[in-house]
Amino acid sequence: MTLSPLGDSAVVVALGPGLDETALRRVRALAEALDRDRPAGVVDVVPAFASVTVFYDAVHCGGYAHLCAELEARVARTELALVSQQSRSLEIPVCYGGEWGPDLGEVAAGAGVSPEKAVALHAGADYRVHAIGFAPGFAYLGGLPERLHTPRRATPRVGVPAGTVGIGGAQTGVYPLATPGGWNLIGRTPLRLFDAGRTEPALLRTGDRVRFRAISAEEFAAWR
Amino acid sequence: MALTVIRAGMLTTVQDLGRRGHRADGVPLGGAVDAFALRLVNLLVGNAEEAAGLEFTLVGPELEFSTATTIAVGGGDFGGPPRWQPVRVRAGERVKFGPARSGCRGYLALAGGIDVPAVLGSRGTYLRGKLGGLDGRALRDGDVLRAADLAREVVGRWHIDERILPAYTAAPTVRVVRGAQAGEFDGTLTDGEFKVTAKADRMGVRLAGPAVGRSGGAELVSATVVPGTVQVPPDGQPIVLLADAQTIGGYPQIAHVASVDLPLVAQLRPGDTVRFTEVPLAAAHELVLTREHALAMLREGLAGKIC
Repeated sequence: MTLSPLGDSAVVVALGPGLDETALRRVRALAEALDRDRPAGVVDVVPAFASVTVFYDAVHCGGYAHLCAELEARVARTELALVSQQSRSLEIPVCYGGEWGPDLGEVAAGAGVSPEKAVALHAGADYRVHAIGFAPGFAYLGGLPERLHTPRRATPRVGVPAGTVGIGGAQTGVYPLATPGGWNLIGRTPLRLFDAGRTEPALLRTGDRVRFRAISAEEFAAWR
Repeated sequence: MALTVIRAGMLTTVQDLGRRGHRADGVPLGGAVDAFALRLVNLLVGNAEEAAGLEFTLVGPELEFSTATTIAVGGGDFGGPPRWQPVRVRAGERVKFGPARSGCRGYLALAGGIDVPAVLGSRGTYLRGKLGGLDGRALRDGDVLRAADLAREVVGRWHIDERILPAYTAAPTVRVVRGAQAGEFDGTLTDGEFKVTAKADRMGVRLAGPAVGRSGGAELVSATVVPGTVQVPPDGQPIVLLADAQTIGGYPQIAHVASVDLPLVAQLRPGDTVRFTEVPLAAAHELVLTREHALAMLREGLAGKIC
């Protein structure tokens, strides 16, 4: 465990080195413990990858050294309390190919398989949310089968609709908002990854297990 | 009371101090890019520091107030009413700002604050996420905003000690603390002078200058960033992140702007120059404490002077 400053208003508690099951569980457990019972001056707690970033108010944290000592104590306590807490599992329905995923053919060709097989590979894998960021509700997912790794497109698209599922390099993910994007678009989900009106605006959170499920165009329409 | 936008200017948005506590969902802090300026103008009209006001960019708006109120203007100099003091506005009066004579962003607070619904705890406009403010967008000619019917009285003659203001200039030296990857760069940020490019918005400012090359270091995974993070893409030209920056970035972090100097970066505009100087983390914290102490003194001093 290391503590490193992120500017003068945040400190990163790194729990790595790896991003394995244990690390993800420790990240989740520490973030929840810190969020539930915030040390003095702590204003935000962000689990991301193998770390938890703690944002603080320098006036109210009792000094940086004090805050760091408190965080170290919390990490030790969380380790002890770490039980076999289950992570959430979510399924994301995706209508692959067609107008929803115009690049599916290219991704499949790059992988040397048929589009059907590419879908089976993508929907057959277990993914973990390593972090939420980049955009509200956007999940950095680990677990994309290596055959599907596809370089980003040379020219980004100006508008990618919300809900679009893409592949960029070794990453796969869902665009929560309509935005420009350079990933290869393979499908779209009718789910809303982010909705400011919900109690929990982001559908996914760091540590979640995710699977994609292929749905038909009719099912996609029915969701809406 | 209605606040009518006669002319919106270049980019005018409703802003407060942003959305705290939603970074785990990937929601940027947002809020006023020069948060200090907004806090100060809010205090000058008797508001809570986090009340919603207007932020304008490079070219200011023209506004009409339906009833008498008290406003305060600060940040960059956009003409219009004198800055950093409460100003009474009559019913039906128009207040007009022009192009920025200095700085990049102006702020206007009015008694009671601007009344738009809070989204995720903030009235600030997050343009990319289309959240907050007026329908999540920049103001347009003809928009009408609601505000409290409040005309606070200024009691006595006074002015603030301007030493509390950040040292706004078109060629600032900005204090930074080391970033996690600072040791992996050949050059340092503190050697040369950087020019502010036209690629500047509420998310960040792209600089141009002596390339800051990175030779060592492992392949980076993405990591958390904050407003003020200075990240360096492969082309060696640093980007300083601002209020609307995404919560996670993929470029190496050479430094972070000391919080107290963020207003200096917020007021940079294309063509300005900037230098950086490194300070220890403890010094950056000390600067925050000093500034917050000064603000607390001002808050106390203002008690009973605007009511």
